[in-house]
Amino acid sequence: MPSAKLMQGNEACTIGALVAGLEFYAGYPITPSTEIAELCSEELPKVGGKFVQMEDEIGSIAAIIGASLTGKKSMTATSGPGFSLMQESLGYASETEVPVVIINVQRMGPSTGMPTSPAQGDVMQARWGTHGDHPVIALAPGNVKECFDLTVRAFNLAEEYRVPVIVLTDEVIGHMREKVLLPDWEDVKVVDRARPTAPGGYRPYEADLDGGVPLMAPFGQGYRWHVTGLFHDETGFPSGKADVADRLLRRLDRKITKNEKVIRDYVTESVEDCEILVVSFGSSAMSALSAVRRARREGVKAGMLRLKTIWPFPDEVLKDLSRNAKAVLVPEMNLGQLAYEVERTVGCRAPVVRIGKVNGDLFRPDEIHDKIMEAAK
Amino acid sequence: MSDILKYFRQDRLPHIWCPGCGHGTVTGALVRAIARLKLDKNKVCVVSGIGCSSRAPGYLDFDTLHTAHGRALAFATGIKLARPDLKVIVMTGDGDCTAIGGNHFIHAARRNIDITTIVMNNNIYGMTSGQYSPMTPKGFLGTTAPYGNPERTFDLCKLAEAAGATYVARGTSFHAQMLIDLIEQALTHRGFSVVEALTQCPTYFGRKNKVGGAVELLEWIKERTVNAKAAAVLPPEKVAGKLLIGELHKNPQPEFCDEYDKIIAQVQRKFEGFRGGVRGCEQNSD
Ligand SMILES: Cc1ncc(C[n+]2csc(CCOP(=O)(O)OP(=O)(O)O)c2C)c(N)n1
Ligand code: SF4
Ligand SMILES: [Mg+2]
Repeated sequence: MPSAKLMQGNEACTIGALVAGLEFYAGYPITPSTEIAELCSEELPKVGGKFVQMEDEIGSIAAIIGASLTGKKSMTATSGPGFSLMQESLGYASETEVPVVIINVQRMGPSTGMPTSPAQGDVMQARWGTHGDHPVIALAPGNVKECFDLTVRAFNLAEEYRVPVIVLTDEVIGHMREKVLLPDWEDVKVVDRARPTAPGGYRPYEADLDGGVPLMAPFGQGYRWHVTGLFHDETGFPSGKADVADRLLRRLDRKITKNEKVIRDYVTESVEDCEILVVSFGSSAMSALSAVRRARREGVKAGMLRLKTIWPFPDEVLKDLSRNAKAVLVPEMNLGQLAYEVERTVGCRAPVVRIGKVNGDLFRPDEIHDKIMEAAK
Repeated sequence: MSDILKYFRQDRLPHIWCPGCGHGTVTGALVRAIARLKLDKNKVCVVSGIGCSSRAPGYLDFDTLHTAHGRALAFATGIKLARPDLKVIVMTGDGDCTAIGGNHFIHAARRNIDITTIVMNNNIYGMTSGQYSPMTPKGFLGTTAPYGNPERTFDLCKLAEAAGATYVARGTSFHAQMLIDLIEQALTHRGFSVVEALTQCPTYFGRKNKVGGAVELLEWIKERTVNAKAAAVLPPEKVAGKLLIGELHKNPQPEFCDEYDKIIAQVQRKFEGFRGGVRGCEQNSD
């Protein structure tokens, strides 16, 4: 029986993780993500899982990569300063194709910033924070229920494509309480990484060069394979050869670009005939939606695209929806990060209006409504 | 010989190390200790960071993980806690362990997690061609210490002991047999064990400091060390300024994974759905 519960976003993320099969959590406390660590420390040993509070976030992501290599689903949760510290090993997980989930409950930055205020300033860090081209997926829940859904999905995508998956929430989504109708555990679709069946002849990084995902053996089961952050060939051992590096990086990239259609996830409202298109995500999208609805009531053809998958960015969807737009508005709690992608995608079809908010407060619907009315003039 | 060859990935040889490099001697000592203990190849996992020393696991026929600079112990902590039945060994350099990885080192020691850490201390950053490390003796030269290193070094073994390691030993690539014994002891110890292996980098440390090649460096290592047991009965002037070698500290304590398993045994139940509430979530903090 689905059960209704009042809970906050961080709690919903934790339950989602447990339902998806979380067995290992390593983290370092940081507001506004700490409830996730606290709940994991309480719940994991009850299901035979493990929790460890590491000495910093560098150690946290390293420990979950290690645990994931033994075959256990692993995650960490953090916020801006900690997310910055994780970047080097986030790239390690991309390069070595180790599935992990990182929940980033965004707060105002840069630096220590405003620890208890919401922000959406890590959009680009989630994509490009680690050095080098690399595959990642980033999901953005827009309410508490979606914290559950998208954390489950984050694990499923991580397992399917062997990439780090980032769940980008924010202080408001993380701490907000809503009534949530959780499904029966048994009804939740859970994906596990594909494993080889026997050690003989295992080539750990052998896969279709066009975005194939190799089979992943757990450590400690007789496969005796090698993992390195150096460029490596199908055997897993380092190689300095130009063609080997080129092949690997292109395959890693193709894992995501090839499957963008399946990974993409978004919701729309009143987009069929819309002239003013609002593109948003996370808690900004809550205010944006009520602004769009009010504008509609007032006779303006406003519509809304809310992204649940930010990376990969759904180019095709936005191109399609902005075809007849007079203006595309991008409200976000930063000075214009998602807007870069929107501008790139919309091109000269329509002017893109950045609506940035960086004072630590949530958007009020009327702030966005005003911009819609201005654009509709 | 045949009993140790089976632990190597012979198809990965030759190795990348320079002629006369001591990292091979230390790796050989580890494999000989593993062979003596007849460890199951499928239940050993060797983890390293970045550096010449950290390339060793690539040549060993176990599950092996070559991680990021300084982070080997943090990755290893995840592996060991997730799979306490595995024998987890970390191979690291003096830079990898005591500079960039210093924090993970002291915290792994504090937790007393059952990991054997072998620090290949050549007193230099070999891989990046000879910059001074936290283990370069004062006054010695490095490419970033052209006028002599003005900094002091760690006493790595005392650091490990103070941080909570429950087995600590120092060996050298000169005293190769003793090194095997020490690593063997470390591997059989349940808890965080550290073996500091003094070793030589002829290419950078030896050349820059005009100590000489591998042979002269081995002599130099021999001269600056004294057996801990012998030191106890030698006149003080024969011991002054020298590094003690041998088993330096042994103090068995409850191990971290065992302690965590006790918690699981107390609270484990079938997953009946989630009942937790969130406490204190609106508290302010940085
Ligand atoms: C984050 C980061 N910083 C710096 C480096 C460059 N780097 C690679 S190896 C190394 C020093 C290794 O020295 P040590 O651990 O003593 O190993 P050795 O080569 O002497 O065996 C450095 C500084 C790196 N790879 N990553
Ligand atoms: S540079 Fe030094 S540490 Fe590195 S392989 Fe050569 S001798 Fe060994
Ligand atoms: Mg060194």
